[in-house]
Amino acid sequence: MDLTHSPADEAFRAEARDWLRTHVPPEPLPSLETEEGFAAHRAWEAELSADRWSVVNWPEEYGGRDAGLLRWLLFEEEYYAAGAPGRVGQNGVSLLAPTLFDHGTREQRARVLPPMARGEVIWAQAWSEPEAGSDLAALRSGAVRTDGGWLLSGQKTWSSRAAFADRAFGLFRSEPNAPRPHQGLTYVMFDLRAPGVTVRPIGRLDGKPAFAELFLDEVFVPDEDVIGEPGQGWRIAMSTAGNERGLMLRSPGRFLASADRLLGLWEARGGPVSERDRVADALMGARAYQLFTYAAASRFLEGSSVGPESSLNKVFWSEYDIALHETALDLLGEEGESTDTAWAEGYVFALAGPIYAGTNEIQRDIIAERLLGLPKGRR
Amino acid sequence: MRFLLDTEQRAFTESLDALLRAADTPSVVRDWGRGEHAAGRALWSRIARAGVFALAVPEAYEGVGPLPVELAAAFVELGRHAVPGPLAETVAAAVLLAGLDDPGPAKRLLPALVSGEAMATLAGPGSYALDGDAATTLLSYDGGELRLAPGHGPIRPSLDPARRLTPLAAGGERLATDPPLATALTWARLAVAAQALGVGLALLDRTVAYVKQRTQFGVPVGSFQAVKHRLADAKVALEFARPLVLGAALTLAPADVAAAKVTACEAAYGTARTALQLHGAIGYTAEYDLSLWLTKARALRTAWGSPGECRAEVVSGGPRRR
Ligand SMILES: Cc1cc2nc3c(=O)[nH]c(=O)nc-3n(C[C@H](O)[C@H](O)[C@H](O)COP(=O)(O)OP(=O)(O)OC[C@H]3O[C@@H](n4cnc5c(N)ncnc54)[C@H](O)[C@@H]3O)c2cc1C
Repeated sequence: MDLTHSPADEAFRAEARDWLRTHVPPEPLPSLETEEGFAAHRAWEAELSADRWSVVNWPEEYGGRDAGLLRWLLFEEEYYAAGAPGRVGQNGVSLLAPTLFDHGTREQRARVLPPMARGEVIWAQAWSEPEAGSDLAALRSGAVRTDGGWLLSGQKTWSSRAAFADRAFGLFRSEPNAPRPHQGLTYVMFDLRAPGVTVRPIGRLDGKPAFAELFLDEVFVPDEDVIGEPGQGWRIAMSTAGNERGLMLRSPGRFLASADRLLGLWEARGGPVSERDRVADALMGARAYQLFTYAAASRFLEGSSVGPESSLNKVFWSEYDIALHETALDLLGEEGESTDTAWAEGYVFALAGPIYAGTNEIQRDIIAERLLGLPKGRR
Repeated sequence: MRFLLDTEQRAFTESLDALLRAADTPSVVRDWGRGEHAAGRALWSRIARAGVFALAVPEAYEGVGPLPVELAAAFVELGRHAVPGPLAETVAAAVLLAGLDDPGPAKRLLPALVSGEAMATLAGPGSYALDGDAATTLLSYDGGELRLAPGHGPIRPSLDPARRLTPLAAGGERLATDPPLATALTWARLAVAAQALGVGLALLDRTVAYVKQRTQFGVPVGSFQAVKHRLADAKVALEFARPLVLGAALTLAPADVAAAKVTACEAAYGTARTALQLHGAIGYTAEYDLSLWLTKARALRTAWGSPGECRAEVVSGGPRRR
């Protein structure tokens, strides 16, 4: 049992740190939930990718460094410590890419992944619908067979960054008479600018168009944009949903850096005793999450797969993120009310954590039933 | 980097678990709380023979240590089985004695702690030593002096009936000046953190088992979502305390140990509250074994550093991560 990194891993970390030191923009980019900020973040993805830092754990042929899980974690620690911008390509990188690695064809990987790595094609996740939230399998949008592909119709909603993104991936009902709601779903990729697609941006709490509704009217999708077998969409989507809740979405590096900044803020405000315990909690929580992740990574590297433990992760980081930002806003006092600080932006972002990627109520059900073995109750 | 217990470490904790499972610890605890120490002493020597106290003692004094990771892993098991007695205190005493400039007292006192013939307790001025009536090596420190106390004062009850609080008598043989109290405190906190984690894990296990078999309204109460979610939260808290405890054992940095102490104790205490609530009235009785863990979770929370003291150590003592 040890926490030291090999010289080769430390060399990788040092290389990342050096690169970030000379490349991270000196001024924070505008919020990526705005049109202007989105474009700036896209350019940043291109810059990262030019030196193969945008997707370090991917195979080299798709623009990565084949760096492995551990080095990815070290990279993320350096990335956030350096104050580098949030990642606009997150959805594609953390959800679609793992799905394509597991279930896509070679052709799909070669076509989809390199432009994703360069930020040229930003992906939106089109899973939720107005009547299908926690009960995702209740989705109604359909895919109807046509010559050489499928026609999509229906409505998707809460699609993060779809207001400015290029393409989307999502689940559609291709066998309306399947005996169970989880059956007869097909997982497809489609163009947000294709004929028949209408995107209506939705303002989040602070008014920024962070997500959107998608109205689909016979949108054509060629067969080569179906992921896996038609009708098998649920299984395919769920096999990688653990990534969303688990570490690929929220690496500890982000929280370590935030906790460190919170300590700095607390010190700069004269170290008020009233907030000391909450600052300590933030430091401890970041460390706990880092070490929990190291343990999970160690198990993973020895061959075990990510299971329902990713639900522990999700509940932990989402609650933690809110507590950390609440503490920062309280320390800032009146200033915290102004929405143009990074802390306020982070706070608004954090508030959604317990809702997306499977609400925390659903995650607690998973923990109770699959990790503690409690009986299934009514849903 | 491989942040997992290795095969040998796991085998060690599993054998300790098996030993304690076979020992009927609840009845040992109840005797101990009444001041009847025979069964507790017998259990103590079995724990010593398994090598637990040797982990805190260097080879020069017949130990195998210091092996803080193994010690922490062992203390999780001691907590899981609610083993009574001055466990963390014996570890702290061992570390204190081994750290003295003069090897004399260590040579004289440590081998008996390793073998389990002796158990130690310690206290500073105005504070209680745990189980001074059962311990054989009573260490008192005051103003930078370490003494072998000649005895103990009246026994005060603790919220945890198995913990017996005893002031130490003044005077006694002077063993050292300037003993390494800070190091001993670090080890005591590490041991308590691990023990508390074990207490929390036991409370969760027992409560999960209970809500699966207790039925109301025609179904197991464990199928109600309000019940599930409280247990899920307890599981989250404990699973994120565990890596802090093992990480603190690896670094032994005072801030890391303080973080492990407060996090593990809060997780265990939160689990205790949940366990009591979900057991209903039976959980509120002294007869039912759950009480042995419930009250210990409360007592460990303030032993060797309150949550506030530990958090203060985290913000001030801890070098920044980066
Ligand atoms: C910022 C943000 C970004 C998002 N991005 C995307 C995206 O990119 N793509 C996408 O497809 N979706 C996205 N979502 C949608 C998200 O996945 C859903 O909001 C989520 O699945 C919950 O669905 P809902 O909002 O319809 O809530 P509902 O399912 O209606 O739930 C309402 C409340 O009831 C509770 N509840 C529901 N069922 C149960 C149950 N069985 N037991 C206990 N409690 C229950 C929920 O936990 C919740 O508290 C995003 C959401 C947010 C807030």
